[in-house]
Amino acid sequence: MKSKRPAIPYLGWMLVFTIVPLVMVVYYAFTDSEGHFSVEPFINASVYSEVFLYSLLIALISTLICLVLAYPLAFSISRCSQRGQSLIIMLLMVPMWMNFILRIYAWVLILQNYGPLDMILNFFGIDVTLIGNSGAVIVGMVYEFLPFMILPLHTVMSKIDSSLIEAAQDLGCSGFYVFRKVILPLSVPGIISGITMVFVPTASTFLVAQYLGGTQFMIGDVIERIFQSDHNTGSAIAVVLMVVILGCLVFMNRFGDKEAVN
Amino acid sequence: MKKIGEKIYFFIIMAFLYLPIIYLIAYSFNDGKTSVWKGFTFKWYEALFNDAQIIGSLYNTLIIAVLASIISTVLGTLAAIGIYNFKGGVRSAIQNVSNIPIVNPEIVTGVSLMLLFTFAGVMMGFEMGFWTVLLAHIGFCTPYVILNVTPRIRRMDSSLYEAALDLGCSPVQAFFKVVFHELLPGILSGFLISFTYSLDDFVITYFTRGSRFQTLPIQIYTMTHQRINPKANALSAIMFVVVIVLLIIYNFASLRKDKEAAR
Repeated sequence: MKSKRPAIPYLGWMLVFTIVPLVMVVYYAFTDSEGHFSVEPFINASVYSEVFLYSLLIALISTLICLVLAYPLAFSISRCSQRGQSLIIMLLMVPMWMNFILRIYAWVLILQNYGPLDMILNFFGIDVTLIGNSGAVIVGMVYEFLPFMILPLHTVMSKIDSSLIEAAQDLGCSGFYVFRKVILPLSVPGIISGITMVFVPTASTFLVAQYLGGTQFMIGDVIERIFQSDHNTGSAIAVVLMVVILGCLVFMNRFGDKEAVN
Repeated sequence: MKKIGEKIYFFIIMAFLYLPIIYLIAYSFNDGKTSVWKGFTFKWYEALFNDAQIIGSLYNTLIIAVLASIISTVLGTLAAIGIYNFKGGVRSAIQNVSNIPIVNPEIVTGVSLMLLFTFAGVMMGFEMGFWTVLLAHIGFCTPYVILNVTPRIRRMDSSLYEAALDLGCSPVQAFFKVVFHELLPGILSGFLISFTYSLDDFVITYFTRGSRFQTLPIQIYTMTHQRINPKANALSAIMFVVVIVLLIIYNFASLRKDKEAAR
């Protein structure tokens, strides 16, 4: 139990299957197709900077919608009895256990032309195309990742003692002030982990836009397409994506620590 | 949830989460391919069970999940014990590298492994397929095992192990008779998480499977990409039932454990 040796197989494993592949991505990103050092892949990749920003925007909007939808729900769950809470959490997790492609496919069926929602709207004389736009992509993202926002929020909120809230009320706080001064500060760690758990996968996911977004792809779809023919440009985009995502994570962690200290 | 508004809001969110799945399942019984209801049928289920490709990919998925979760549980448990004996900066550096597959976007992990396997394949003359998918799955499962076992090691009283040695156990005996039991809950949850993640993985499998090897998520992708396929609805219904049954079993098991603990 005092020996470091049991870790040796895994240390070797990490070297071969974690570090070497990442080094290879960086290597490919900085070489041209003949293997010479070059920044050409990044120049080629810059064509997709708009898609990149679009993906970050979609991820940001989806994350905010998830936060707004999840916050009040997580709070009311956290005020239920212990048994009620575990039952509700289980109900929230069942859809998460369904395959992720089947869940997007369900929305393709619902939003398609002559699908149920389209028919209902037509009945009321509203004629809109529901599928093949950013709105459909955002709906799909919120559907996929909403539970990832509710669960960490609930974990943090279930630890807030009800007597703290009652004390604030007794001391004359209105509903809004109880939220502002007690519930919100105590739930910051949950907000932070919820945001990271939703933002990272939405920004980098592929398929959702292919299924619901029509011709407007996201950066994950671009990486997939480009990798079929051009490893260098694909690696350059992957490197940029990785740096941006890790940057976001570091920023969120910093922010979280500071909040926790105050 | 005491106020009526809270209840209504709860039901709206639940409807949002469940209605799409219910709609998917309902239309697996539709005798037509569009959203027009043409009568009740089981023919999509029949077609599903007669599709040799789907049954074959289910088999592949299960084999990969069983092997990947067993291997990563062994590898991860040993690693967690070894890493715990490193000190300070070295330990946190190792833990950070170990967490890379968790924090990195899945697609980046996928393409990076694809580069490695293509390169190694050219060097050593193999093609991507079963083995590369298995290696990739072990790679993203093991960090979860480590994350689940490490807190158990931290909580364990190390004098238990020393006592076993003093009483004449060899280190291996002491591990299996004492340490293993102390770590078991963490090892089990690491195993279960690995198993479910491996079953459900699409992105990393997609990039490491080569051109022929199929798993169920890949099959679902080919079935539903750019078209409507009622067989996918039938498959969803079956998966939904399996998930519900597993959750009920799990809950009964933990309920019984609670009762035993209360005695």
